[in-house]
Amino acid sequence: MTPTPTVPLWEVFIRSRAGLSHKHVGSLHAADAVLALQAARDVFTRRGEGLSLWVVPSSAIVASDPQEKGMMFEPTASKPYRHPTFYEVPDEVGHM
Amino acid sequence: MYTQALNDRPAAAAVEDADQAERFQARIDAEDRIEANDWMPEAYRRTLVRQISQHAHSEIIGQLPEGNWITRAPSLRRKAALLAKVQDECGHGLYLYAAAETLDASREELMDQLMEGRARYSSIFNYPATTWADIGAIGWLVDGAAIMNQIPLCRCSYGPYARAMIRVCKEESFHQRQGFEIMMTLCNGTVAQKAMAQDALNRWWWPCLMMFGPPDGASQHSDQSTRWKIKRFSNDALRQKFVDATVPQAEYLGLTLPDPALAFDAATGHWTHGEIDWDEFKQVLAGNGPCNRDRIEARRAAHENGEWVRAAAAAFAAKQSQRQAA
Repeated sequence: MTPTPTVPLWEVFIRSRAGLSHKHVGSLHAADAVLALQAARDVFTRRGEGLSLWVVPSSAIVASDPQEKGMMFEPTASKPYRHPTFYEVPDEVGHM
Repeated sequence: MYTQALNDRPAAAAVEDADQAERFQARIDAEDRIEANDWMPEAYRRTLVRQISQHAHSEIIGQLPEGNWITRAPSLRRKAALLAKVQDECGHGLYLYAAAETLDASREELMDQLMEGRARYSSIFNYPATTWADIGAIGWLVDGAAIMNQIPLCRCSYGPYARAMIRVCKEESFHQRQGFEIMMTLCNGTVAQKAMAQDALNRWWWPCLMMFGPPDGASQHSDQSTRWKIKRFSNDALRQKFVDATVPQAEYLGLTLPDPALAFDAATGHWTHGEIDWDEFKQVLAGNGPCNRDRIEARRAAHENGEWVRAAAAAFAAKQSQRQAA
């Protein structure tokens, strides 16, 4: 049996309702963008899951390296002054 | 996310770093989820690819016994429901192949393994659906057993698999209810219809108990899978849950489970069942079930007959991208 040739991989994003952003829901294979959209509709929105679909070629996504998670994200953890709770406001001032 | 930019992994080191393995187990013990590009032991990856692909194959082959009845459903309502259910199974297969792909196994390679008979799928789909009542029994019992097995997998340590299972479980509950409704309608029907329901139950009950796999102690992969939190409950524990849930449902239908040894144990609060024929289970897994050859042949035929569609789609995509480049 000849091996089945690979078909490009796409990432699927759905906006579940107006006012929310598109969210990644999974991936699928399709020869081109039109087929990817149709397949995304059939595979991911059979029960009213969304109002809008995006499909993006997986190869177009650039991701951060999990090995460098520490270097990438740790610096924000050591900067508590970026959060409102870092600052003291006396109770009598009320809600701020 | 299955970003290929990060998938150029260096060749697996012959000996894995013991420190890394220890940190990995510590993450698992802390109920952290493992994601696609995280470091993982090769054996963890292999175990998951095997389990997820078998699961995907089961969904795909699982379409066959029921698909056989779509054109013969007794009403338009039943036909629409069955069509939707079979379409769901196909979707579940695709979610699962996508989850396996995050572990560097290509969907095409996995499908080829299935068609060449190099991969396994659930033993249950090697039994035939010979009457309409079988469609009721499959939904009620086979999907009921699958749900028991799949709910704990929603908390599996591997993130992409767990997320796929959450989607699957959300959709699966309709499958079981539509099956039970078919059984209920038959049981409230004529004497012949009720007999048909009883006959389907007689034939599906034992193979359904086998779905949970060999008894604890005899299962090859259980211990390590439990340590890795891929598996949360033992085969026997899940089987027991299924029996306890199903006995009162059968009673409601007025049907008799085909097990004279079935008895309620007041001390434990569980139903104990008779001896399962593990020899039959082994035979079915070895390829000697009633429909093993048919299933693979049907899958291959569907694949081969779809070849021109894939070729046309690829040719059209190539032409479009050539035009865009020009």
